[in-house]
Amino acid sequence: MWFLGFILLLAKIGVVLGALLGLAAYLILVERKLLGRFQIRFGPNRAGPFGIWQPIADGIKMILKEDIIPADVDRTIFKYSPAVVATVAILIVAVIPFSSDVVLRGYDIPMVFSDLNVGLLYVLALSSLSVYGVALGGWASNSKYSLLGGIRGAAQMISYELPLGLSLVPVVMLAGSFSLVDIVNAQDKYPFVLVQPVAFLIFILSSIAEAKRLPFDLPEAENELNAGYHTEFSGMRFALYFIGEYVHMIVLGALVAVFFLGGWRGPLLPPVIWLLLKTFMVPFFLIWTRATLPRLRYDQLMHFGWKLLIPVALINIVVTGGVVLWIRS
Amino acid sequence: MFHKGVDLVRAGFEGVMGLACAYLVTFKHLFRKPITEQYPEYKRPLPTRSRARIILTRDPDGDERCVACYLCSAVCPVSCISMESAERGDGRRYARWFRINFARCIYCGFCEEACPTLAIQLTPDYEFCKRDMLSFVYEKEDLLVDHGGKDVEYNFYEHAGVVVKGDKGTHIEEAEPVNVKSNMP
Repeated sequence: MWFLGFILLLAKIGVVLGALLGLAAYLILVERKLLGRFQIRFGPNRAGPFGIWQPIADGIKMILKEDIIPADVDRTIFKYSPAVVATVAILIVAVIPFSSDVVLRGYDIPMVFSDLNVGLLYVLALSSLSVYGVALGGWASNSKYSLLGGIRGAAQMISYELPLGLSLVPVVMLAGSFSLVDIVNAQDKYPFVLVQPVAFLIFILSSIAEAKRLPFDLPEAENELNAGYHTEFSGMRFALYFIGEYVHMIVLGALVAVFFLGGWRGPLLPPVIWLLLKTFMVPFFLIWTRATLPRLRYDQLMHFGWKLLIPVALINIVVTGGVVLWIRS
Repeated sequence: MFHKGVDLVRAGFEGVMGLACAYLVTFKHLFRKPITEQYPEYKRPLPTRSRARIILTRDPDGDERCVACYLCSAVCPVSCISMESAERGDGRRYARWFRINFARCIYCGFCEEACPTLAIQLTPDYEFCKRDMLSFVYEKEDLLVDHGGKDVEYNFYEHAGVVVKGDKGTHIEEAEPVNVKSNMP
């Protein structure tokens, strides 16, 4: 019966992966409709009632498109760099706790794929890996504009990983552990956003920059301005970049929920529903931001990351450390 | 030093308020009805002078107005109109055949401006797309309609084109001849 645990793991993976990919595809539709409503227009509403078949129609269109690989690209890297982006975003879900332990027939089933005791480091490491997708995509395309877009994107993502990590250090200090399950369990009295508002803000801003959304949208906006790191990708490769980006948005929401908003904790509703509610506040905020704010120029972006967020995060760490020591003495 | 501090706080406050007001504006838009007009369910009524499909109109008397003078064909920038003139038994010119290629037509309205009899007119009907390119060539029986189009009262042959029947001054819109031998102005 040793394999029952394995089968259970496969079942959990199947459910969550299916739900995640479905949610990512429909997040695209939700984004288009919400953007439309923010701009006093309808979003897509022709493909089905309220446009619900639109993601499926887009998927079919992407699959049927001609897969163009330009002549002088680095073929291996070109083929695999979209996969890096999507894979890394999906892998972060492995450490997110979905619910308190469910008891089934006397056995405790943990509602998390892998309760790593360094879960937070795993998350940060994966978001560092996602830089590869951008940089490799830009490099492999063998085009000047793609290269510039890839370089800028990689520089932006690397710069904003520092405030991302630094803003999570107070969370670790308060929870006493790197494991995400322990962090959620440490928020049983109050969510960490109440005691760490600065860290919450810095984390949200850095994650917007990591996700390459407006106003930190230069690697992609170069699509509109000149080119961008994913110009030369067509059809399903481009769809993979796109899905990877939207999975990244959802996963960011889940991370914000776990680190600052109390994870699956909440009074009345089932824990998974609370996690979903808290998770989808962040994509809503990201879409709202996209509808509202203009884009930051590249030097403004770098200035903001290095000269503003990092010092504030460091001061926050020092102050939190001091207060924690003072309380515990 | 204190002033710099106050300026910084003020700048920070203004920055935050600027962002917050922007977010509030887009949030209010969520609760407004969208201003899009959904096309097939709602078709906006176009003014009569909108330039779309071409028709050939008729007189108040019921005769077709077109006299096949070739003016529309000559002025057409893309040469999509062609016709052949012929004369009826009672001496009136008409078009034996009249063909417009709507695939080439740019709906500029020059033919409507050039026509002396107000025969050829453009109507606001734009919904006539077809799948077969060649079915866009409209013959005279597709173009001729039973009404007077945009100007119902005009009859070219009352103004020109035939021998005048009455005395001087009795034609339509003609002034009385001046008596040069009298003293009155």
